Amino acid sequence: MITLSHFIVLGAVLFCIAVASLFINRKNVIVLLMSIELMLLAVNINFVAFSRFLGDVAGQVFVFFILTVAAAETAIGLAILVLLFRNRSTINIAQIDSMKG
Amino acid sequence: MPNINDILIMLPELYLVVAACLLLLLDAFMKPEQRHWLHWLSVGALLMAIYLVVAGQPAQPVVAFGGMFVRDGVSEILKAFALLSTALVFVYAKPYLIDRKLFVGEFYTLMIFAVIGVMLLVSAGSLVTVYLGLELLTLSSYALVALNRDSQLSSEAAIKYFVLGALASGMLLYGMSMVYGATATLDLANLHTAAAHTGAPKLLLFGLIFMIVGIGFKLGAAPFHMWIPDVYQGSPTAVTIFIGSAPKLAAFGMAYRLLESGLGDLSHHWQQMLAVLAVLSLAIGNLVAIVQTNLKRLLAYSTISHMGYLLLGLVNAGPEGYASALFYAISYALMSTAAFGVILALARAGFECEEIDDLKGLNQRSPWMAFLMMLVMFSLAGVPPMFGFFAKLLVLQAAIHAGMMWLAIVGAVFAIIGLYYYLRVVKVMYFDKPVEGSELKMQADPSVRVVLSLNAISLLVLGLSWGPLLGWCKSVFPG
Repeated sequence: MITLSHFIVLGAVLFCIAVASLFINRKNVIVLLMSIELMLLAVNINFVAFSRFLGDVAGQVFVFFILTVAAAETAIGLAILVLLFRNRSTINIAQIDSMKG
Repeated sequence: MPNINDILIMLPELYLVVAACLLLLLDAFMKPEQRHWLHWLSVGALLMAIYLVVAGQPAQPVVAFGGMFVRDGVSEILKAFALLSTALVFVYAKPYLIDRKLFVGEFYTLMIFAVIGVMLLVSAGSLVTVYLGLELLTLSSYALVALNRDSQLSSEAAIKYFVLGALASGMLLYGMSMVYGATATLDLANLHTAAAHTGAPKLLLFGLIFMIVGIGFKLGAAPFHMWIPDVYQGSPTAVTIFIGSAPKLAAFGMAYRLLESGLGDLSHHWQQMLAVLAVLSLAIGNLVAIVQTNLKRLLAYSTISHMGYLLLGLVNAGPEGYASALFYAISYALMSTAAFGVILALARAGFECEEIDDLKGLNQRSPWMAFLMMLVMFSLAGVPPMFGFFAKLLVLQAAIHAGMMWLAIVGAVFAIIGLYYYLRVVKVMYFDKPVEGSELKMQADPSVRVVLSLNAISLLVLGLSWGPLLGWCKSVFPG
């Protein structure tokens, strides 16, 4: 029997993987975009699970909004990424450090 | 179905959306040399929106679209000042943008969309509206930071802002999903009642912690401040000035909506968390600012410390505290636009005027600009009788009345430490010799001169007669 807590644990695990990869990854900005996407999807799992088990449809409507905004967010992120590559010829995170202090 | 009443309640926002779309269309058909028309039309559109906000102010809070959108005193005052500071940004930014070949229609359209995001956020009646308003604001800001697309610093600042901003949005959303799970509602008014007798208090508290992380990030409070210095330094000054003004008002509005309208019953929990954020922001902001040599970076760390003071007001968690925090947010927005306005007015093609040493001997080259900058620095430092002094006094008072004497003492001590780096700027302007061959003078554009002078002098005037504004701030939080 799959209960609510199974879904919440799945959401939490995905969320932790996403946040950890944001901090551990030192190589590539594209991986950062992927982890951001994963983070939002983990939240969506939470919302859908709660919505289903509470019998309230509002949570599932919120998921549609999150999906739409996530698409816009990725588009802007990729645009900035293209800009970064054109200016610096690298998307290695370790080299993006010209401002300090 | 939305009826005509809903549309009338949301009129300022809807009007601004239409205006932004029309401006974008106009820009496509305009010759580049006619673009100054676009500039004045954008300023006019914002002033018209201020009129709609103030003239349509309801006596009692009203809701539209089934409780998704709230129009009350708090939202009206925040909207009026967010629109005003954005109009100031437009005026100050024009010569800077022309000098750097950045005078494009996107600047105006993106900024108006960002300000619509601010308006939605401060009027939010539901977690969905909070999220949508916030994302409209931040997505426009990401694009604005990257506006100078040939600059390495600009694109680096944009990617840092984007990644950390998306992380904060994710944290906020995760918190929202937990709060939703504990209360089964997304509506903030229902949330307030449902939170009082939830069956899952631990889940609710767990969600609250994640939401505080999101709010702390958007405010730029330590330890979630990492993005502030890089974004302030890296983005074009015409965008930095915006990020330092209207979004701070929005962050206060967001904190008020989520913490008071939504989770007011948990105030004994979030008061402690905000107190920790406040102390860390005051310490990190003021101490790290001392060693800065870049003026924009110095103002970035000063922002962090100012957000610490704003949190002192929120920690009170009562009408007095909210009124003082609102007063502080307004004073900060006006001070920060004036400070960056001076930098913008002194910058010219090939000269950013962003190092503190660039201001050497400003008094000999342009006494009036030096005087205005001195007023702003005194106000930021909190020297009486400036605006910033009374704002600081009120938040310290609010912290004392909340029974947190130690917090007020920490705030006062760091205000004195902060005095050092603000006065250093004044010292450089008045007592150092100008660098040979430097061309420090004020922008010739008369509109910049007049508006900047009014803005800086208003800091003195509002400091001398702060009663009416404080009265307005207090009247929107009924006890």
